[in-house]
Amino acid sequence: MVVDQLTAEDVDGLFHALSDSTRRDILRRCGEGEPSVSQLAGSYPMSFAAVQKHVAVLERAGLVSKQRRGREQLVRTDAAAVDRARRVLDELEQTWRGRVERMSAVLRTTRGDG
Amino acid sequence: MSVTSVDKDFDNLTITLVADFDASIDRVWDLWADPRKLERWWGPPGYPATFERHDLRPGGEMVYFMTSPEGERHYGWWRVEETDPPRSFEFKDAFADENGKPKDDISPGTVRVQLTEEDGRTRMEIRSSNESREDMQMIVDMGGVEGLQQSVGQMDALLAE
Repeated sequence: MVVDQLTAEDVDGLFHALSDSTRRDILRRCGEGEPSVSQLAGSYPMSFAAVQKHVAVLERAGLVSKQRRGREQLVRTDAAAVDRARRVLDELEQTWRGRVERMSAVLRTTRGDG
Repeated sequence: MSVTSVDKDFDNLTITLVADFDASIDRVWDLWADPRKLERWWGPPGYPATFERHDLRPGGEMVYFMTSPEGERHYGWWRVEETDPPRSFEFKDAFADENGKPKDDISPGTVRVQLTEEDGRTRMEIRSSNESREDMQMIVDMGGVEGLQQSVGQMDALLAE
């Protein structure tokens, strides 16, 4: 299972990267195309440096990578890393889904006694 | 039964799950309030839970262990923060040592359970949040076990059709 291969630091970096709404939005934009850092900077009411910092956090978490094209730095998402992040939360969801399923089973077998 | 919705909140490291049961509110409440029923569904398949202590009053504590297929015991601890039977309760949960003492190296998570009844059916909303990413890691580790067990279970069910 992919999740098992993540170290504690990996998961920490992942959640830190995803815990900010601007960074999630950057991630979403990078999934739709390959914007440059300056294009991204133009989309948010914050400084170029601040946007650059957000991109750096995403990059450290392995969620995006930067590629130089001419004078521009294009940002693209690492699909596998995004998928990995999703899987981490999917696992949590599975835990609760499993419990709900078993709760229903208990309700079925105890029908009428409560 | 059906899980109606699942919402994952990255900002607050929270999962909100809504499920509908074809049962009265009292019977769904009983799944939490009766330790013998609780231990039939809390642990993932192959890891049955045994509740040694169970006190569903405000300030009350629960101590349980889950037994692995190899016979290893994994202890857990809850402290009930507030309760309004049969409608809601909230508890802190953490991993514990074999004496049922919560491990203090990670901050406890919070689980809020809310039940509402309509036309003899009961809606359960679970909000499970964690204050630190370390907790998430632990839970993901446990969840990883669960996810695997469950997919195996589902495969079995498909094969039996």
